[in-house]
Amino acid sequence: MCVICGCNAESDPERTNARKTPSGASPIPAESVGEDLHYGIGAARASVPGISQARVIQMEADVLGENKRLASRNRAHFAAHGVSAFNLVSSPGSGKTTLLCTSINALKFRHPGLGVAVIEGDQQTSMDADRIRATGAPAIQVNTGRGCHLDAQMVGDAFSRLDLHARAHQGHGGEALLFIENVGNLVCPALWDLGEAAKVVVLSVTEGEDKPLKYPDMFAAATLMVINKIDLLPYVSFDLSRCIGYARQVNPGIEVLLLSATTGEGIEPWLDWLLPKHGDPEHRPAANPLEHGTATPRIAASPAATS
Amino acid sequence: MHEVSMAAGILRMIEEAAEREHFGRVSLMRLEIGALAGVELQALSFALMAMMPGTCMEGSELAIDEIPGTARCLHCAASVEIKSHLDACPSCGSYTLQATGGSEVRIVDLVVFDD
Repeated sequence: MCVICGCNAESDPERTNARKTPSGASPIPAESVGEDLHYGIGAARASVPGISQARVIQMEADVLGENKRLASRNRAHFAAHGVSAFNLVSSPGSGKTTLLCTSINALKFRHPGLGVAVIEGDQQTSMDADRIRATGAPAIQVNTGRGCHLDAQMVGDAFSRLDLHARAHQGHGGEALLFIENVGNLVCPALWDLGEAAKVVVLSVTEGEDKPLKYPDMFAAATLMVINKIDLLPYVSFDLSRCIGYARQVNPGIEVLLLSATTGEGIEPWLDWLLPKHGDPEHRPAANPLEHGTATPRIAASPAATS
Repeated sequence: MHEVSMAAGILRMIEEAAEREHFGRVSLMRLEIGALAGVELQALSFALMAMMPGTCMEGSELAIDEIPGTARCLHCAASVEIKSHLDACPSCGSYTLQATGGSEVRIVDLVVFDD
């Protein structure tokens, strides 16, 4: 029986369907095989006037592929300009901007010729970039509007506006540091590769030691955990060794540094970490342990943290 | 809420594919999401459903497969499947797992119509 109209025609149902196409209906897509027309070759194995055949499109496409492509381009761009880029991530209020201001001021004495620049990510205002500029370092504010993270495109666009970029093109290159201060958010920035050498997660002792377990994706993606505001340890209930234990439960390779951006305690080891000695390729591990499969446990940079 | 940017990226990729492959609408999209991708499936579906009207995805069904995370134990060297970064090694019980896979977010295929 014809599946379309219920008639008992014994002829080829596909041909029957073709003849019964009412005038005015959309033409049925047909495949021609030799001299014949076949209307039932699609996934449905039947055709209905006015309804086209389904087909399958193989995509096999990485949803973050475009961001990864732009991040690789940033990474190559940074390398070509002698720039080491670090992506600082944390919850709002952990002291990222204060840490950057303290670091920039300390670097002026330690490495007077070193180029340092900052890309500041926030949903709104240029307050953070203004604080950085007050230290004398160039900063670009990226306002994400409603966005919860920076992406590789934003960082690429911001980098091309920075002096570090122009400096290298004018032949005044050499080693330089680029800090990317991500939007304060312990969830979303974990997924977006910006082309950085490493993600640094900043956690302050006023936030509680359980953050690594509550936001495991971020601590898994980070190469280094900086525990900030250690000058406040006597006033808060924060168990340092438990915090480090939780971070290592999520990411056994994570390095740990303790410091206070306000008092300057612990800043020197942090600068050592940022500026490894030349010819020590082992020092800075791959940015994304998931993709590079680095299984080697790394040694904590701070002796205090390992005890 | 990064699922919103991800959904927008997915729709952009589908619209590009529609132009390239000459189809008019999608009736089914199959996604694969790794357990360690940091993507909330509910939030991603919600974002996609909210953005689909007015595009070639309007009315499409979504099929989302969750792919297990994989890891290698730094203590006993076992290669294991894990659900999250918080898991202990199922072989030796220690918390020394280094994730090796399960962070992917992929569009596998589409069922499309030309009209």
